[in-house]
Amino acid sequence: MTRAGADGGAISATGAIRLVAQRELNIRLRTRSFLIGTAAIIAVIAGYVLLQVSIFGGADRTEVGLSGQAAVLAEPLRTTASDFDLRVETSEVADTGEARSKLEAGELDAVVSGNAAELRVLVKSELDPNLRAILTDMSRQQVLAAQLASAGVADPAAVLAEANATEVQVSMLAAKDPQADQRMVIGMIMVFLLFMAISTYGALVAQGVVEEKASRVVEVLLATVRPWQLLLGKVIGIGLVGLAQLVIVAGAGIAMATAAGVMTLSDVALGTLAWGVLWYLLGYFLYATIYAGAGALVSRQEDAQSVLTPVTMVLVIGFVVGLNLMLQDPDSTATRTMSLVPLLSPILMPGRVAAGQVAAWELSLAIALTLAGIALFTWLGGTIYRNAVLRTGSRMKLADALRG
Amino acid sequence: MRPHTLEVDGLRKRYGDLVALDGVSFAVNGGELFGFVGSNGAGKTTTMRIMLGVLAADSGAVRFDGEPATRHTRARMGYMPEERGLYPKMKVLDQLVYLARLHGLATNHAHAAAEHWIARLGLSDRRETEVQKLSLGNQQRVQLAAALVHGPDALVLDEPFSGLDPLAVDVMSQVLREKAAAGVPVVFSSHQLDLVERLCDRVGIIRSGQMVAVGGVGELTTGASSQLRVDVSGAPDGWADELPGVRVLRAAQTSTVFELAAGADDQAVLHAALAAGQVTRFDRHRPTLAELFRDVVTAGERP
Repeated sequence: MTRAGADGGAISATGAIRLVAQRELNIRLRTRSFLIGTAAIIAVIAGYVLLQVSIFGGADRTEVGLSGQAAVLAEPLRTTASDFDLRVETSEVADTGEARSKLEAGELDAVVSGNAAELRVLVKSELDPNLRAILTDMSRQQVLAAQLASAGVADPAAVLAEANATEVQVSMLAAKDPQADQRMVIGMIMVFLLFMAISTYGALVAQGVVEEKASRVVEVLLATVRPWQLLLGKVIGIGLVGLAQLVIVAGAGIAMATAAGVMTLSDVALGTLAWGVLWYLLGYFLYATIYAGAGALVSRQEDAQSVLTPVTMVLVIGFVVGLNLMLQDPDSTATRTMSLVPLLSPILMPGRVAAGQVAAWELSLAIALTLAGIALFTWLGGTIYRNAVLRTGSRMKLADALRG
Repeated sequence: MRPHTLEVDGLRKRYGDLVALDGVSFAVNGGELFGFVGSNGAGKTTTMRIMLGVLAADSGAVRFDGEPATRHTRARMGYMPEERGLYPKMKVLDQLVYLARLHGLATNHAHAAAEHWIARLGLSDRRETEVQKLSLGNQQRVQLAAALVHGPDALVLDEPFSGLDPLAVDVMSQVLREKAAAGVPVVFSSHQLDLVERLCDRVGIIRSGQMVAVGGVGELTTGASSQLRVDVSGAPDGWADELPGVRVLRAAQTSTVFELAAGADDQAVLHAALAAGQVTRFDRHRPTLAELFRDVVTAGERP
């Protein structure tokens, strides 16, 4: 058994890159840490969604029990309530005993009985002011309709309808986007996910580089592939693992939030995810070669932390400061300026896109600057990697690694 | 398989102010086992790394079959670095298949070759084991398999025998001989000079980045100036220092090794020895490789 393959000799550059990337994918998608990590993030998001459902979802839905004559009010009550932006669920209650026990148990917020003109409400401790207004309004309409009829008005319903259709005209100097809050939450989650993905998978590139140096396998590999092919294959492979996790996590999050009714803006969320994927790719490639170069400076896993910390710090500062600025005002000058800085754009821009308005020129400028950054850092990181990857021993000085 | 040749010609390499290689040249013919010896730091590893293209030389050339080595030809060399390197968490079979494919073998051929060497080197029941869980000896076998799995047309092995148990030394020797017999030029470095002497057809000795001797083992040791070994018990220290026509190379306990100048009379030495004490041994001595090595290496260290 000698050379069994075609007498080909060296593998092509793309072949080598694909093979290296494939190995990274195969190895890393199968690791426990990937599966557990993905499951953990999904669990956190699920927990957040459940929290939203129980706190806010429960609060803005009012359970009203209808007893006796009041049972006919079910439909009008729900309709009127929706005019007040209140969600009311109705159910029938057989007698006062049931009403009391359900109120005690918190299953019902109020029990309404009596005829439409003389409604009686039983509550545990207090009546929701909105519900009080609605019920009062319904009662008054009943009384008014009866009065109109006895006064000889031919069509009391038409008169009431006309009266009810009258509204004050409100003019706003700056309209508040009714979706603003939800958009903000989507934006923040995206910023968080991108920060996690870029810092985690960037650090994995560095760890992979150190692993190959520490185990010395890099010399065997470099006897057949060029340093840039090995680096590119590794960066692509690990980047795809990160992309897979980002899409799985964000997709699961959107699905859960939509199903639970917490989020009504699935188109905004999907758009944000699409932007997030683009910015993940830009941000990951911006940081990955820097991480790789940093990793190549050391020969042991124990030393890795010291060279990774400075890189990670940039991301952390961008994340913390950027998130705070965004919370205060996604369209402030500070937020807009920070989101244009190449090292910070990848985590802040997609957040801004989700939360507010981003001018097309800002987006284009940020993408262009980031691409320029990728070119610069790939060159820098690649040079450091090439010069440092075969040097073993103590940590290499950055200047030496750049000089070669 | 037609025999291949592997040649280095005038390799120079500096690391800052340190001259690592200062014009290293030698050639290895197909079918030949070439032993590359030298002290630590003499330049063996640097030379081998340059042969594989892992390092770039400042000047000089590496030639394969008479042509400057390219990426294409280097992919057909097998390499075992001094610092053993494998992915610790990868299984033996996966690892070998991966390395074979990186050398350009198609997947199915890579599998077949990996299985072949796993069986050949006695690793069959370890093929699904992670490398880090193997004994050191088995890790060395996997490392050898990694150098051989793509069916290389030349082998460059840096200290392949270090850390091997006697059984593994035999397996390694046998494999290297087989490869050489198949027309593959085999270069390996080693500090085990008796092994090199026994195994190699030719030897190159490097000192401070320069080749100080290259040639057949017999040729080198015969070519060394004529030596005389005399064992005398009871002789005073320095009994041999003033003898004409000879030079003392080494003296240890009762044993003294002389270098005889051309035409010098060894009988005069015998007389002097008999006068000095009781002669227990007197012979013309053909130096071993180890002695030759010691002589040429220490010769250069004396000003």
